[in-house]
Amino acid sequence: MHNTLVIIRKQIRDTFKNKTILIQFILFPLMTIIMENAISIADMPEFFFTKLFAVMYIGMAPFVTTANIIAEEKEKNTLRVLMMADVKPWQYLMGIGTYVLAICMIGACVMSVGLPSSDRGFFLLITCIGFLISIIAGACVGILSRNQMMSTSLTMPFMMIFSFAPMLSMFNDGIKKYSMVVFTQQLRILFDKMSFEGYSKTGTTVLCASALICVGMFFFAYQRKGLE
Amino acid sequence: MIQCRDLRKSYDTRDVLKGIRLDIPKGSIFGLLGPSGAGKTTLIKILTGQIHQDDGIVSVFGRNPACLTGREKKKFGIMMDNFGVYDRFSCGDNLSIYADIYGVSRERIRCVLKEVGLEDAYKKSASDLSKGMRARLQLARAFIHDPEIIFLDEPTSGLDPQTMRGIHRLILEKKNAGCTIFLTTHNMEEAAKLCDKVALLNEGEIVEEGKPEDICRRYDHQKKIKIHLSNGENVELDRGETAAGKISELLRTGMLETIHSTEPTLESVFLELTGRKLEEDE
Repeated sequence: MHNTLVIIRKQIRDTFKNKTILIQFILFPLMTIIMENAISIADMPEFFFTKLFAVMYIGMAPFVTTANIIAEEKEKNTLRVLMMADVKPWQYLMGIGTYVLAICMIGACVMSVGLPSSDRGFFLLITCIGFLISIIAGACVGILSRNQMMSTSLTMPFMMIFSFAPMLSMFNDGIKKYSMVVFTQQLRILFDKMSFEGYSKTGTTVLCASALICVGMFFFAYQRKGLE
Repeated sequence: MIQCRDLRKSYDTRDVLKGIRLDIPKGSIFGLLGPSGAGKTTLIKILTGQIHQDDGIVSVFGRNPACLTGREKKKFGIMMDNFGVYDRFSCGDNLSIYADIYGVSRERIRCVLKEVGLEDAYKKSASDLSKGMRARLQLARAFIHDPEIIFLDEPTSGLDPQTMRGIHRLILEKKNAGCTIFLTTHNMEEAAKLCDKVALLNEGEIVEEGKPEDICRRYDHQKKIKIHLSNGENVELDRGETAAGKISELLRTGMLETIHSTEPTLESVFLELTGRKLEEDE
């Protein structure tokens, strides 16, 4: 636990120095506030930008940052130094995961400011579930990557699907049909309903399957490559 | 403190270590000399429990390194050539991470930075450090928790002579404080200056070991004395009574300018034993 806290503190300190990561964390919350306040179009669904950007945030920020942080530490061999200082791999991963989740939840709280207070809890619960799946997927990529370049190459296609499929599905039925199997699309549906009531079994299955696949991939990747 | 018996390690079909035998007593500096690719780093990795040997016995603190507990591993201080630092952090912040992990006080950070001559770089970003300063920061990180065994993998590789001397001083200070130091290098002067005992490693085998001066004496086949006279002439004398008389006469007449014995350097011994230089181009 002590080492996990050290890792979290290290990451918090790094957040303000690592602009790439910082942008990932603040981009969507900031855009949500600006767009919700600046744009008002007739017949536009309520909290359109909050819901849209929340899904994009889930598919992008935790996924990319988790993969990037792990890959950078591997590339620069600082991860090996931590391991030699008896930081256990699970302590490290727990530290990174907790840190990313905490920062993303702060971002989600900022995004939820405009929502009715009755919807806020549900919104934060759904974003939390989404963040967790995304963080585990990011950890898989980080573990499988030898360096940051490889991590970026691996995250890019998945990030495009996770983040943009729900948005593009609004304009194209073909994309919508296929994007139903993407967990972020299911989260988008939940955001639209702001309730579990009437939520389809298919949706629940997609969310559970996504979580299980990510966890399975994580253990597979860890078993094969470890953290070094 | 550190023992190896018939230690073997292979990568795919390549034998990297072939039956290594070592005994390193507490409080000594042991130097492992060899050219790039000889197996030095692999041996450090096995001794620190980063990788496992294929065969043979390894004992550190009386136990197999792979079975050492976290508390025992914290008695290691390791500086490997490829270990990085957090570039975006200052020197102080870099060390504070490890101070927290090892549970040492924050005051120790300034203290250890002073030890390595980086007291003014406390707030300086690691990305702005020169290669020598970076090496000293890595040393500070290895020293911060006062380890009992320090592993240094080519600590002065590519550094300027002044930084190198500073690092040598630090290593000797640690030895005097009772640390056991395992040093790999391909700099024979460094080994001769620092090490109580060295082993020459070539293609995974120890081809010679002992005190640096003993090894050099052992391979002194010429057993001659080389003299440079004030008139510019060079004279070589066989060691013996005749030489003693001649040297005495040269001293009396003031003709003797320099005098050397012909024992080889560690570099020459290595060359004689393996046909390779210690600092061969990779």
